[in-house]
Amino acid sequence: MDTDQLIRSLAADNAHRAPRVGAVLTMALLVAAPLSILIFATFLGVRHDVMSAMGNPFFDMKFAVTLSLAIPAIIVSLHLSRPEALLRGWGWLLLLPVGLLAVAIGSEAMMAPAMPMTMRLMGKNSRVCLVAIPAMSLPLLAGALFGLRHGAPSRPALAGALAGLVSAGLAATLYASHCTDDSPLFVATWYTLATALVTAIGAAVGARVLRY
Amino acid sequence: MRGREDEWTGLMRSAMAGDDAAYHRLLRAVTPVLRAAARRGLARAGQPPDQAEDIVQEILLAVHLKRHTWDSEAPFAPWLFAIGRNKLIDALRRRGRRVFVNIDDFAETLPGEAPEETASAGEVAAQLNTLPQRQRDVLQSIAVESASIKDTAAKFSMSEGAVRVALHRGLAALTTKLRGQ
Repeated sequence: MDTDQLIRSLAADNAHRAPRVGAVLTMALLVAAPLSILIFATFLGVRHDVMSAMGNPFFDMKFAVTLSLAIPAIIVSLHLSRPEALLRGWGWLLLLPVGLLAVAIGSEAMMAPAMPMTMRLMGKNSRVCLVAIPAMSLPLLAGALFGLRHGAPSRPALAGALAGLVSAGLAATLYASHCTDDSPLFVATWYTLATALVTAIGAAVGARVLRY
Repeated sequence: MRGREDEWTGLMRSAMAGDDAAYHRLLRAVTPVLRAAARRGLARAGQPPDQAEDIVQEILLAVHLKRHTWDSEAPFAPWLFAIGRNKLIDALRRRGRRVFVNIDDFAETLPGEAPEETASAGEVAAQLNTLPQRQRDVLQSIAVESASIKDTAAKFSMSEGAVRVALHRGLAALTTKLRGQ
């Protein structure tokens, strides 16, 4: 087939309209979310003292941190689904949860410690955290990768890493309502490790499946 | 340069608004520029320029199937050249070359330098034969025999909607097959 002929067939297909990447990503995450919630409901559940915990600013802070990861990661991943897009100018959005955690750690350090630092850091749930966040992330990660496949990222591994951040941020939001460790030191250590693992998986899979 | 790229942006806006003729003109206008850039990239990688047409056709297919990622408020050329670079890099990698794509391979193309011609390429034609019968028939009819959607529908006793679906699926399948080689 010569190129003029190919062009003729492309022009004939001009009426076909694909949905925006954001719409496909949203749908894919909504389809995946019930699976993650099912894992949460089956194995974890909301902690029993949730009503009194909500009065603790460090409990509430966990959700601020995880959502400040997930939402900017969605925004940046959609930006990067355009082929000419650069991370430059957008990457700082991903530092929001880091900044929030730093503020939280600083505030906790200024208060009279309820427990020694190492106990706050190690917590009681570090192993559960390291398993639960990645496990709940996997359905969401598959959804995010499916949604981003609709885009045209020039750096598929980077786009895959962002899918990892999206799914880890959302999974960590669920997990935060289960976990009784509220110290920002615990969050900064274990949530970060779990997120790094999911991000690495996202980058490795994205490098393969997000090429267009 | 500037005027040419503004014209492309205008054509693409019309195309996205449903003007098939503008889309046809746009694709014809960008093709010589893509061809020149692909030849330059191949030459830099020490590859014969006769593979350029395969790369051009792959770029055109990607442009077509990913055009929903173009922001109609943004200029068209940077978007187009980004896709061109990605496809050139992919093509060179598949040929086992170490890749040195000059990021200006696409943007630098001067008007007039690019030869106006149409060339056939082997890869799309070869993959065409692996498509399901109906998609192949429809693509052949529209591309090679320049039949309209309407005439194609009449010829194969299909509805126009079914022709459109087969056409789009065929183009999408071709792209997947090219990527998977």
